Amino acid sequence: MMVHTDLHRAAQLARHWSEGGCPVVLHVDQKVPNKRFDKFKRELEDLPDIRFCKRRHCEWGKWSLVAASQDASELMLETFPSVQHVYLASGACLPLRPVRELVEYLEKRPKTDFIESATIRDVPWTVGGLDMERFTLRFPFSWKTQRRLFDRYVRLQRRLKFRRKIPDGITPHMGSQWWCLTRQTLSAILEGPEREKYDAYFKRVWIPDESYYQTLARCFSVNIESRSLTLSKFDLMGKPHIFYDDHLPLLKRSDCFVARKVWVNADKLYDKFLSKERIEECRSEPDPAKIDRIFSQAVMRRKVGRPGLVNQCRFPREGSEHGLSAAPYTVLEGFSDLFVDFEDWLEKSTTACIHGHIFDKERAQFAGRGKVFAGCLSDDPVLRDYAPTDFLRNLIWNTRGEKQVFQFGPRDTQDTSWFMAKDVNASIIVVTGAWAVPLFHSNRSFSEIREIAAEQQRIESDHVDILRSYYAKARVQIYTLAEFVQSPTEPMQRVIDEIGPRTMRRITEAPRMVDLTGFGKFLQNLKNQGMHPYLVGDFPIEGIERPGPKRPRKPYLVN
Amino acid sequence: MSKGLINTLRTALRLRLKRQKFIVRALWKRRELQAVVDRTAQIKRDEILVFGTIRNEIGRLPHFLSYYRALGIRHFLFVDNGSDDGSRAFLADQPDVSLWTTSASYKRSRYGVDWVMWLLWKYGHGHWTLTLDADELLVFPHNESRSLRDLTNHLESTARRSFGAVMIDLYPKGPVSDQTFQSGDDPLSILKWYDGDNIRYQKQMPMENYWIQGGVRERVFFADELRRSPTLNKIPLVKWSRRFAFVNSTHSMLPKRLNRVYDHNGNTPPSGALLHTKFLPEITRKSVEEKHRKEHFANSVLYERYYDALAENPDLWCETSVKYEGWEQLENLGLLSRGDWD
Repeated sequence: MMVHTDLHRAAQLARHWSEGGCPVVLHVDQKVPNKRFDKFKRELEDLPDIRFCKRRHCEWGKWSLVAASQDASELMLETFPSVQHVYLASGACLPLRPVRELVEYLEKRPKTDFIESATIRDVPWTVGGLDMERFTLRFPFSWKTQRRLFDRYVRLQRRLKFRRKIPDGITPHMGSQWWCLTRQTLSAILEGPEREKYDAYFKRVWIPDESYYQTLARCFSVNIESRSLTLSKFDLMGKPHIFYDDHLPLLKRSDCFVARKVWVNADKLYDKFLSKERIEECRSEPDPAKIDRIFSQAVMRRKVGRPGLVNQCRFPREGSEHGLSAAPYTVLEGFSDLFVDFEDWLEKSTTACIHGHIFDKERAQFAGRGKVFAGCLSDDPVLRDYAPTDFLRNLIWNTRGEKQVFQFGPRDTQDTSWFMAKDVNASIIVVTGAWAVPLFHSNRSFSEIREIAAEQQRIESDHVDILRSYYAKARVQIYTLAEFVQSPTEPMQRVIDEIGPRTMRRITEAPRMVDLTGFGKFLQNLKNQGMHPYLVGDFPIEGIERPGPKRPRKPYLVN
Repeated sequence: MSKGLINTLRTALRLRLKRQKFIVRALWKRRELQAVVDRTAQIKRDEILVFGTIRNEIGRLPHFLSYYRALGIRHFLFVDNGSDDGSRAFLADQPDVSLWTTSASYKRSRYGVDWVMWLLWKYGHGHWTLTLDADELLVFPHNESRSLRDLTNHLESTARRSFGAVMIDLYPKGPVSDQTFQSGDDPLSILKWYDGDNIRYQKQMPMENYWIQGGVRERVFFADELRRSPTLNKIPLVKWSRRFAFVNSTHSMLPKRLNRVYDHNGNTPPSGALLHTKFLPEITRKSVEEKHRKEHFANSVLYERYYDALAENPDLWCETSVKYEGWEQLENLGLLSRGDWD
């Protein structure tokens, strides 16, 4: 057992192993003051099968760690001839199952070495990019305290194409430094004729404790089971995950023999797993996969965060958002101008939450027209327009789980156009030129109408340019008003497909289109005034032949 | 040298001077403080310390102390700014509180920051420190099963020195003054509701600090004066060094790397929340008083309407308000994240 801090926990663990019938050899780091070490020794005095090996000054990533474990292993093999398996553990490795079960497990597999050992070429585990180079470069500087020198020296060696020769007879392997080897394999490694040569080589390898035994075991072992009996998880930075009290149920379920790293103040974990009264038997194979899933989720969550969320600790830079919004939503442009009570109809026909123009200049027209909506979003236009993209992002975030649909048009605040266009979650269906319909029905003076029409056409044209831009990632479908009125079936089908789950309900009633008699004439008048409403498309002066209101239209059937 | 580099250096120099100015100012302002009880000899190495300035907070203090004691705090350092409701005597009697008093201007001490920074300079160096107001209760991921010490250990192991928290204004259902609250009660027993998420986020240059605004105060009081609406980002937990300075209350700090409590690449560090228990029944009385004291805002006249609105005993609750249930609920709503601390 390798110990360097938190000696009270180490003592507790050593006692546990020893009382479970396993001899323990401890390596205590030279950094521990002598006084503390003596006290530690006295605490364990009453146990017969505990030995202390020569203390070394250990540093992370350096040979001294391997040297210490070699000393300890030698002492172990010498002093306790009955030992068949040697398990390398640390002061933060907590046995999760009774020691007896581990002993039985190993007795049933007398020739098996449990050591995680993979060839570097095939497994991209390493953090920081140094994989094969660990074995071919020199590392005289400390990665932890002299990072800059370390990096520069590595770069220099790369530039000079410096390479160390890997000794014959070994293929570099790497894996977890917590192994369990048989007496046979371990003594072969320690007493091998070429040990000096290998030691000299590995002394200059970076992090040799992850490769020394892993490589040499491949030369001597008859039966390698390439996995560690110690459960340990690493985060993105290559730091071991720490287990806390609230991981108790998770650790219990894992059925692993040993877990690290356990937080030193996790009293509940230590009390539970080191208690003598543990009787529950679980004879199943260790199954770290259960824990793997949970931890890889955590790693992913850290890596990409929750899509569509901005909060105190997540403020993605443009391009790194992993999703601008949290969930798919639909934007309908022009429909509410063209159909009478369009929202009510949509509400009845689909299961989604149907808003009006949430970017309306007067107020945000939330579904139900409340003053506040989910997450206490206010309908106040000033509040909304101060940060419209935040408003939209919050709206989508706050209603995750329920599809949101809202109306949009040139009369609304336009600041979110880019956000929606770039958002893969957005589905935007546009009928261009539909803004002309309410103008046609309005009772204003023609010069006023002309001015408004020109303004709205300009706004919509800019908006459509954005939707058609190279950067747009939203699903965009654009129809001109003329196209739409000519054959509304396909776009309407699309709207329903977008929003409502197909199999839920049958649509029995089609939305009623506003009366367009004379609309062609109206457009021609605009043209005559020099204002060409080109976004409307080719709308014939005589109007478009449509089934009159007397003959009820065939309903859209959605199955 | 390129122009960009010159600009970078110039900004760096300017921020450095600014930081030094704040530190010198804090050292100067120490003369305004008189010790009432100094128990700082009890402070042990590596202990997490709480710092704060208070004024007339006898209602909240008993619960505040017991809340943070339960999180593992063993020592509190307070500046009392002229309380007359017994807060001073109460604090002086606590075995784990060191107390200073002053009657100088709160506003001219940068809203208490100068005083607290002096205490941080003197006693906080090398400690993890929590700088709080009496109406702020810290919530962090796993807070019912792990201690604050566990959190600081994690931050340290991931090379972070500061921890961000977003302020969440809690309010009661019904007019704020119609509730009953006695000194020592848990404010959360009547302040149960909050706004789920109506918050907006900006980054401010050159200090790269967050500027988070929104919440119930903005929804109700500041809808037409958005620039003045309250700032919700805070950096309450910092491993302090004498070289650090708070710039704008605990909203932003120098050196600027301490403001990076968020991540750019979608990479989430853990974050917390400060439950803001401002809207206790006493608020209507207090806002009348504060309106006349004019000690809370740089341009207090502009906030008179806010005080007036508060004095009218408003009901902040609305049908989409969320009832507070704990950190997991906040995480689910996206107001905090456990990040890499699993």
